[in-house]
Amino acid sequence: MATVATTSPALGSRERVRRWASGFKERETWVAYGFIFPWFIGFSVFIAGPMIASLVLSFTDYSVIQKTNWVGTQNYRDLIHDTHVATAMKNTLVFTLLSVPLHMIVALCLALILLRIGRAAGFFRTVFYLPSMTPPVAVAILYLLLFNGSTGIVNRVLGWFGISGPFWITDPLWVKPGLALMSSWALGGTMVIYLAALRGVPQQLYEAAAMDGASAWRRFRDVTLPMISPALLFTFIIQTIYGLTEFTRVYTAFFGAGTKTNQTEAALLYAVYLFRQSFEFFHFGYASALAWLLFVVIMIITFVQMRVSKRYVFYQGDQR
Amino acid sequence: MSRLETLQLTPVPPVARRQRRWRSVSTLKAAVFSVVLVGLSIVFVYPFIWAVSASLKPQAEVFDNRLIPKHWALHNYADVFHIPDAPMLTWIWNSVWISTLGALAVTFSSAMIAFGFAYFRFPGRNLLFGVLLSTMMLPQEVTMIPTYLIWKNIGVINHGGQYPLWVPNLFGSAFYIFLQRQFFLGIPRDYFEAARMDGDNYWTMFWRIAVPLAKPALIVTFIFELQAKWFDLMTPLIYLRDTALLTLPLGLKTILDSFGTSGGGQGDWQLIVAATVIAVLPMLAIFAVFQRYFLEGISTQGRKG
Repeated sequence: MATVATTSPALGSRERVRRWASGFKERETWVAYGFIFPWFIGFSVFIAGPMIASLVLSFTDYSVIQKTNWVGTQNYRDLIHDTHVATAMKNTLVFTLLSVPLHMIVALCLALILLRIGRAAGFFRTVFYLPSMTPPVAVAILYLLLFNGSTGIVNRVLGWFGISGPFWITDPLWVKPGLALMSSWALGGTMVIYLAALRGVPQQLYEAAAMDGASAWRRFRDVTLPMISPALLFTFIIQTIYGLTEFTRVYTAFFGAGTKTNQTEAALLYAVYLFRQSFEFFHFGYASALAWLLFVVIMIITFVQMRVSKRYVFYQGDQR
Repeated sequence: MSRLETLQLTPVPPVARRQRRWRSVSTLKAAVFSVVLVGLSIVFVYPFIWAVSASLKPQAEVFDNRLIPKHWALHNYADVFHIPDAPMLTWIWNSVWISTLGALAVTFSSAMIAFGFAYFRFPGRNLLFGVLLSTMMLPQEVTMIPTYLIWKNIGVINHGGQYPLWVPNLFGSAFYIFLQRQFFLGIPRDYFEAARMDGDNYWTMFWRIAVPLAKPALIVTFIFELQAKWFDLMTPLIYLRDTALLTLPLGLKTILDSFGTSGGGQGDWQLIVAATVIAVLPMLAIFAVFQRYFLEGISTQGRKG
């Protein structure tokens, strides 16, 4: 990656600053700033500004209707004692812990299968990808119908094997596993990423491993997994963030006009609670505090994932 | 890092390398493997088939799980356009134009910004690009309330505008800027120097050289955003109140709430399923046409990790 200017390390810092600043005398610099100008507007109006505003709001009781007061850290203290926050956070973590591994494992298996089937791969790749082209609202509707406890096809099929399926949608215990299964249906993106990574593994490595007498499992564990570990890490982080912010499918299936608060306790994900606090109850101050808590949680989890993965992720020399 | 490599868009080659090994696998293994493959395919495709089939059944038979309807009810697709307070046609049109306009806007604004970051060397570039990349990490939840308040104060919400759904796209989007910048960096600099010699200014150089060469990346951006807009429920949910202004996902949710049993409706599931099929089909068509761009675009996404 080219850096701004190749300054020799011998230059003093003042000299560097001078050179840096002299760039602004160049016409090209201003043309460049012209090109990226739309981003400045977008960034300040839709990202930086709202971020700061949201942080400020989180220390007020702003609610559109009533007079706004500065409440200090009251919102943050309230959310510790809000049982819904605890429930929502727990639900979200359980959902993420169920859906992310399921999603990744199934996607990897499908990618491995596609890698082995030669010509037909194109066709089956399309088949496995199609659910990812389905709008989440539609996915949620299909979930309600297919996972229906008494009439749904899922339980019908389970019945063939002598299993009497649970009431996926109404039994609090089975809501999150059902949602995780539903969200693993749309794994096309992850699968395609794995497939690309698997194709990038040099064939010689397998040949060398086979020559050394490594079993298929050993080849998978010691060649395939390390070689595709950057793709695994990437999808792990992205899917975790998606899991923690999951909204559309769960909201569609369980909330909205027909919301009955006591029944939907088990499906109350954090993003859903945040949305309801914001745009159904208009507790903007409190919701801002909720949003920042979510942001901090996501940052911590992402940071830990990156930190821990350093030991396991292997980057090929030419990639980094 | 070589750049052009990241988005070559050669026809995705069939996965053929392992065929030799495949032949040596025993027949039994192959049979088991085929069964697993077909089984998985059914799991992934069955919900579509179920939905299409259910959408053609009369209300009483929606849940009979038959593949071929016992009684055909083709009129469901006519009925779905005549639901009171649910103007499906308007919703479809809203989704079509908002998705298209938003996708076009974000494609060209991102291209401009990406070109600025790719071609020029200017003070502050790396810092700004770093900031841009870091905004990809920001969840929408953090900015949604103040953004709503901005639109509210402008008066858009009470006047029933759909502007919040597409206007932000005029200012580029971090992921697309990243993707297109990669592509622009892969264009040999000589092309630009030659264009300069021919008397091109920076803008015409961007427009005549960079944009045509980056067409694959622009198409990826366009279809990704088209899909994102077609999928989006949260933004319409925040901004749109008037029934006539809704986009298809929110329309679908409205139908679900008023006809599904949880909202106190009559359980007209045949209509809900028909509406669902209508919402799904356009995206499947888009995928059929642009499949290789989707797949290549997503592979690129993975490589940035």
